[in-house]
Amino acid sequence: MMPRAVNVDLQTDGTLQVDISDALSERDKVKFTVHTKSTLPSFKQNEFSVVRQHEEFIWLHDSFVENEEYAGYIIPPAPPRPDFDASREKLQKLGEGEGSMTKEEFTKMKQELEAEYLAIFKKTVAMHEVFLCRVAAHPVLRKDLNFHVFLEYNQDLSVRGKNKKEKLEDFFKNVVKSADGVLVAGVKDVDDFFEHEKTFLLEYHNRVKDASAKSDRMIRSHKSAADDINRIASTLYTLGTQDSTDVCKFFLKVSELFEKTRKIEARVAADEDLKLADLLKYYLRESQAAKDLLYRRGRALVDYENANKALDKARAKNKDVLQAETTQQICCQKFEKISESAKQELIDFKTRRVAAFRKNLVELAELELKHAKGNLQLLQSCLGVLKGDT
Amino acid sequence: MDALSSGCTVKMGEGQNPLEAMADSTFSASDVLSDLPNDLLGEPPSAVFGDPLSNISKQESTSNPAKQSSKLPSDVPCDIFDPLHGTGMEPKDDGKNASLIDIVINPVTSAKDNLPVDDLLSQPEIDIPAKTKTEQPAELRSEERPKDEPLSVASSKPKKDLFEDSPEDLFSELPKTKAKTKPQMDLFGDSSPDLFMDAKAAADTGPGRNAPADLFSEESVATTTSKSAKSNISANSIVTANSKANGVHSDEEEQDIFAEATVELSLDSPHNNRKTLDTTKPSEPASSLSAAAGSSKAQAKTLEELEEEESEDKFELNISITNPEKVGDGMNAYMAYKVSTQTTLPMFRSKTFTVRRRFSDFLGLYEKLSEKHSQNGYIVPPPPEKSLLGMTKVKVGKDDPSSGEFVERRRASLERYLQRVVCHPSLLQDPDVREFLEREELPRAVNTQALSGAGFLKMINKATDAVSKMTIKMNESDVWFEEKLQEVESEDQQLRKLHAVVDSLVSHRKELSVNTAVFAKSVAMLGSSEDNTALSRALSQLAELEDKIEQLHQEQAGNDFFVFTELLADYIRLLGAVRGSFDQRMKSWQRWQDAQTTLQKKREAEAKLLWANKPDKLQQAKDEIAEWEGKVTQYEREFERVSATVRKEVIRFEKEKARDFKKQIIKYLESLLQSQQQLIKYWEAFLPEAKAIA
Repeated sequence: MMPRAVNVDLQTDGTLQVDISDALSERDKVKFTVHTKSTLPSFKQNEFSVVRQHEEFIWLHDSFVENEEYAGYIIPPAPPRPDFDASREKLQKLGEGEGSMTKEEFTKMKQELEAEYLAIFKKTVAMHEVFLCRVAAHPVLRKDLNFHVFLEYNQDLSVRGKNKKEKLEDFFKNVVKSADGVLVAGVKDVDDFFEHEKTFLLEYHNRVKDASAKSDRMIRSHKSAADDINRIASTLYTLGTQDSTDVCKFFLKVSELFEKTRKIEARVAADEDLKLADLLKYYLRESQAAKDLLYRRGRALVDYENANKALDKARAKNKDVLQAETTQQICCQKFEKISESAKQELIDFKTRRVAAFRKNLVELAELELKHAKGNLQLLQSCLGVLKGDT
Repeated sequence: MDALSSGCTVKMGEGQNPLEAMADSTFSASDVLSDLPNDLLGEPPSAVFGDPLSNISKQESTSNPAKQSSKLPSDVPCDIFDPLHGTGMEPKDDGKNASLIDIVINPVTSAKDNLPVDDLLSQPEIDIPAKTKTEQPAELRSEERPKDEPLSVASSKPKKDLFEDSPEDLFSELPKTKAKTKPQMDLFGDSSPDLFMDAKAAADTGPGRNAPADLFSEESVATTTSKSAKSNISANSIVTANSKANGVHSDEEEQDIFAEATVELSLDSPHNNRKTLDTTKPSEPASSLSAAAGSSKAQAKTLEELEEEESEDKFELNISITNPEKVGDGMNAYMAYKVSTQTTLPMFRSKTFTVRRRFSDFLGLYEKLSEKHSQNGYIVPPPPEKSLLGMTKVKVGKDDPSSGEFVERRRASLERYLQRVVCHPSLLQDPDVREFLEREELPRAVNTQALSGAGFLKMINKATDAVSKMTIKMNESDVWFEEKLQEVESEDQQLRKLHAVVDSLVSHRKELSVNTAVFAKSVAMLGSSEDNTALSRALSQLAELEDKIEQLHQEQAGNDFFVFTELLADYIRLLGAVRGSFDQRMKSWQRWQDAQTTLQKKREAEAKLLWANKPDKLQQAKDEIAEWEGKVTQYEREFERVSATVRKEVIRFEKEKARDFKKQIIKYLESLLQSQQQLIKYWEAFLPEAKAIA
């Protein structure tokens, strides 16, 4: 069982536990084995597993978004598409350059890339798991029928990826939504809480987006540095085996040290990626989801206000008053319903966020300390040996 | 004055025209013993004369300085140096080493104001005979006799020719004896260092101790004969025969002895060679003449031993380069560096002194040293290459951090360069080095403009030269050289690779530093917009932490560069110089082979003449054969000498390299250790902040 990359959930009452117990990487898709343990009566069994693909996760997510009933909730963000292209490309390039390097170098490079591939794979699995856990922990969404089908139905859901037309439609929907979003955002909210949340989320989202991108860059250069240390180690090794003078032993020892420290250094980068970058990335998506909630509420508010105006007009003209009243009622109900759940959702979002940051930052600090201490010990013992030698 | 002159003498030995020095020293010792007059005459005398005399003076000046100035018989120097004009001056045709020749010859010939040298030169003539006249070397004599005798016939003739400057005549006599004497020459060529150490050691222990007679006898052989040949050294019949004629030969004998000595002695710092020699002496008495005969291994071993002892005893010389300062404006601006020397070496006028030097001065120094020493197989440390871009930035830019880094990088590499030069026991003795360190105003180095760019190219060419020579396929008799060259070449390749990788680490670390700083800023912004107070605080703490880590990365990148990359860059340059020294050996070998080919042709021509019965031309042919036989012998010895030097230098280089790498890499690892310690400190401070998020 893989460790969870980002834990963003609060309650775990144990009535519904979902995890991804296994995953299989095939040519261009990943098959996840979704494992469920539940005491809920709606399930036929207490424990079961199904095989799901990324597209089915997206289907589930979209079904939540499209469900009007869930307009007042922060829909857990969909997991990002698995992206092994870069890693695969590298492996391919390695195969092409096989002749130009020594056997040791090749083996080493291959191991590196395989490790990288594995890391991306694990991350992908983790992201998908987080999504399911969030849904399973959500008081309302966990009861969703689609979700239950997703967990229990042991056949292919035969969802397909969106075709071009649908993608185009999505695109236009998004354009309209964001244009509308600007319009809606411009409306002054009557509720201070939501007004505050609106300004907060707008800024927070942008900043978390920025931090996420910057952390990626930082970690990438950290990885490059670790790779360099790796190459230094192997060159020193070659030097150590070539030289006939007494420096050779020295070189070999240093090479051995670098071989170890670069592994630690690579772990540092990987852990920063897992604990920091992934957290930020998750909150980039979750804050977007929260923004979407505010947008839906804002939309409902605008609709409600428009309905009020329409009702006033109708009353003034004494025409279609009943219809206007009904519309106004519906809009009012909708708005109030959204507002009610949205308030709790936003409070929960904050609680979850604070807890997740705490957990991850503490873990990050502990891992950093562990690695730095490991490095320090290696350096100390190596220096001890080297100084004893000289 | 004593101190200065003693420094001087060794220096002169090394400072001579490398080509000549090589040639001279190669045959010198063996000549003394085997008494082959051809070499004595055929050689450019400037160096020959320079060394031994100065060397004697050194011995004498240190052992009895009081006597020195008082005794100055004017007739002695005349005797010595008159012949110099007649025989010696002419053969020397390249005026490269004008300054040196001046030092040596002027005092005698034109009685210039070079008094100390005068003293030194004349001194030994008086002292040595006085001390040693009575003690006759039974051992030595007996050893020398066997090979001397066959030659004596030949040598009696040259004494007339000597004055006519016709070495050909001399050589014409040789062929008969040569075959017989050659093995012995080799024998003595090998053992000569030992001999000399002995001689020197004895000389140093001075008259106070019951100085071994045999050792002094060597000097006496030469010196007594030079006076009036009244000594009864029957064994050295040639020496006496020659010296009786004019004293030149005895003089040259003596010089040859010491020429050899200088080369060996110069390995050591002036103040510790005495010790070295003393320690080696008991184990190798004069009998080593025969004992050390044969394999060249024995010689190499001695060299290594000498080397070993030398490395234990570090020079009392510290050099630092500080205060880089921009002089002038615009494109004519240049950086001047303060070169501070701290030393207890007696060869310098004072204990501490500073001069200001610019980059081209350093290049000029290299050019001078390289010209003199690399031909001999010495590994002359190369200076950092010129960087047009970097310097232009310095000239144009004001306080650009990159130009500051450039200046610091150059300062550090110049410092390392100079330290390598003075660490080299032979180069330290060079007058140009001393001048560079001491002299207030240095004449502007002119041709460095060409050098800086082209000099590096030249070095690369040298390396490729060596490779192309390899394709000629030198019939390598010595596996050691073949293996070493291969080692050096593959090491060069690996170091270049390593340099590239470490360079990439430097740039990635810098990139990481920049990206960390950017991330820190971004996290600070995120923290400021976070509405949970504790989380907001923790995030801003994280931002501060990342800021500190950014500093660490930056410092580490600096250490990566200055401690690691620069070391590799230095050694890539140095390996170029090492390959250059192999190349010089190859060239020397080539010259020897060419001479052999020519000799072969001459012999064939003679055979034809004999067959054609043309007696008129026969004599000329014979002369030519003699001349070329002499050259072959001389070039062969030169080759052996260069080989010995290269071997010695490579061993020295490897020791220094091992020391440098160990020192620097340990320093580098310590810098890594320190940054990890800092890192631990930073994260430990952050951990409670993270835990405080609620």
